[in-house]
Amino acid sequence: MESFEKPILKVNNLRKQFGNGCKKCEDMSEDVLDKNYCPECGTVYACQDVSFEVYNGEILGVVGESGSGKSTMMQCLYFDKEVTKGDAYISNYKDGKSNIFKESSQQKRYIRNNVLGKVYQNPILGLKMDFSAIGNIAEKLIASGNRKVDEMERRGNELLEHVNIPLFRSKEEPKNFSGGMQQRVQIAKALSNNPPILLLDEVTTGLDLSVQANVLDLIKKIQRELGISMIVVSHDLAVIRMLADRTIVMLNGKIIEKGLTDQILEDPQKPYTQQLVHSLL
Amino acid sequence: MKIDYNFAFFDEGSKREIRRATLKAVAIPGYQVSFASREMPIARGWGTGGLQLTLSLTGTEDVLKVIDQGSDESVNAVNIKKLVKKTTGVLNTDDTNKATLIQSRHRIPEKSLKDKQILVLQVPIPEPLRLVEPSEYKTKRLHAENEYSGAWLMLFEQIMKYGNMSTGADHPVKVYDRYVMAPSPIPRFDNPKMDYSKALILLGAGREKKIYAVPPYTKVKSLAFEDYPFEVESFEDKECRLCKATGVFMDELIDEDTKETYYQCNDTSYCLDRLNNRN
Repeated sequence: MESFEKPILKVNNLRKQFGNGCKKCEDMSEDVLDKNYCPECGTVYACQDVSFEVYNGEILGVVGESGSGKSTMMQCLYFDKEVTKGDAYISNYKDGKSNIFKESSQQKRYIRNNVLGKVYQNPILGLKMDFSAIGNIAEKLIASGNRKVDEMERRGNELLEHVNIPLFRSKEEPKNFSGGMQQRVQIAKALSNNPPILLLDEVTTGLDLSVQANVLDLIKKIQRELGISMIVVSHDLAVIRMLADRTIVMLNGKIIEKGLTDQILEDPQKPYTQQLVHSLL
Repeated sequence: MKIDYNFAFFDEGSKREIRRATLKAVAIPGYQVSFASREMPIARGWGTGGLQLTLSLTGTEDVLKVIDQGSDESVNAVNIKKLVKKTTGVLNTDDTNKATLIQSRHRIPEKSLKDKQILVLQVPIPEPLRLVEPSEYKTKRLHAENEYSGAWLMLFEQIMKYGNMSTGADHPVKVYDRYVMAPSPIPRFDNPKMDYSKALILLGAGREKKIYAVPPYTKVKSLAFEDYPFEVESFEDKECRLCKATGVFMDELIDEDTKETYYQCNDTSYCLDRLNNRN
């Protein structure tokens, strides 16, 4: 299929370390590679040589235990954290010829506002709690240069309706909303500029089961209707099973297995993946 | 006991440091320059930023006017005038035309400012993005990257909540098509007076340790959306009860006896001048 030939996002050898490293780290000896820190100098390698691709209209799942580097990888992709090494290309940005990690901070802001959308696990990180729900959505529109209030209001209401927030509450601050509603406002905000790629970081964690199902249904619906590519990070395999087309498994900052979601969940090859899958199913 | 102060209260080194910061502010219109704000014999928040600018700029030939909320005779204005006079011996005036240096809180005088005049505005919060971003480190970056969504977002919120831009004062402006600036808590009515002003406008925030400036003949544009243009407070059909002036910024008052609402010029020296000239 033609649309699957070129990835919309390609990440090569992404590394994020906390600490300066030492000679032993530089060699990337087995000691360091096995754990995610250097026993000599204590430098933590949250992500080590992470490489993957996301294709058009695809949902890529990322699973792994707490501390495996999933969220750090997402933070690097959304420029919340500076990468230590590695490069990434987005086909919708400069024809996929420019390493986005090397761009200026202004360009990174442009990418955040126009090419990427992110939904955080904690809504406080993704929303301005003292501004109205519609104001939160308008923030992204304003950042991309829109200066027409009526247009932004229309778009905001359209998105809030899409994520099932009653319009009579659009001018309320999200701090008065329930957790599920806050997540839905975040999703609406992330979608405001029609980004081709959406990053979802543990979006259902902390929500009760019925609300979780609601949010997952919404994500699935959006993906189906808008054809957006998504990266879904979760430690909940049920979420990955429901959403992801392909899945990568992370452990100690490294990708240890990748493949089609069914294949990973039904026929895991690596001992850790087998343990992960069997501990749940 | 008689205390002999140095000319203009400060030592020469302090005045030079403030002038250097002022020069930098003039060179980069709208940019907030940090300076070592001094302890002053008045409390922070009572015009220490403006006073430091005034003292560092006052020369023996200067004529000083101080306004507080439009009045030349309020306690704050009188005390600042006294301090400057005591330490410099310069003349004070209420007449905007005669003043070379005008320190003001909350207003730009009604009379048009002239070449070679300096208007010093006292600023409580110099950062126009402070309400959306509490971190100084981050706001500095936002200014550097010309990223002012936060200032626009505040205006958008007002429109959503109240139907129009409801900034009573301190409506953000863009200076020289580059920096977004808090024009101090002057009413919206005074914002257009900053645009291509003949006088140099200096803004000082003592507590926040910042000086910034609008040089003479510089473009100053109030932020506004395409479909919600910037509007000043309207005093249409209103006239000053004392001097009958129209088209000026007025205070709304209530007559204690008749309980009727009436209007009066907010700029007292302007009103007085009109009354004197009428007779």
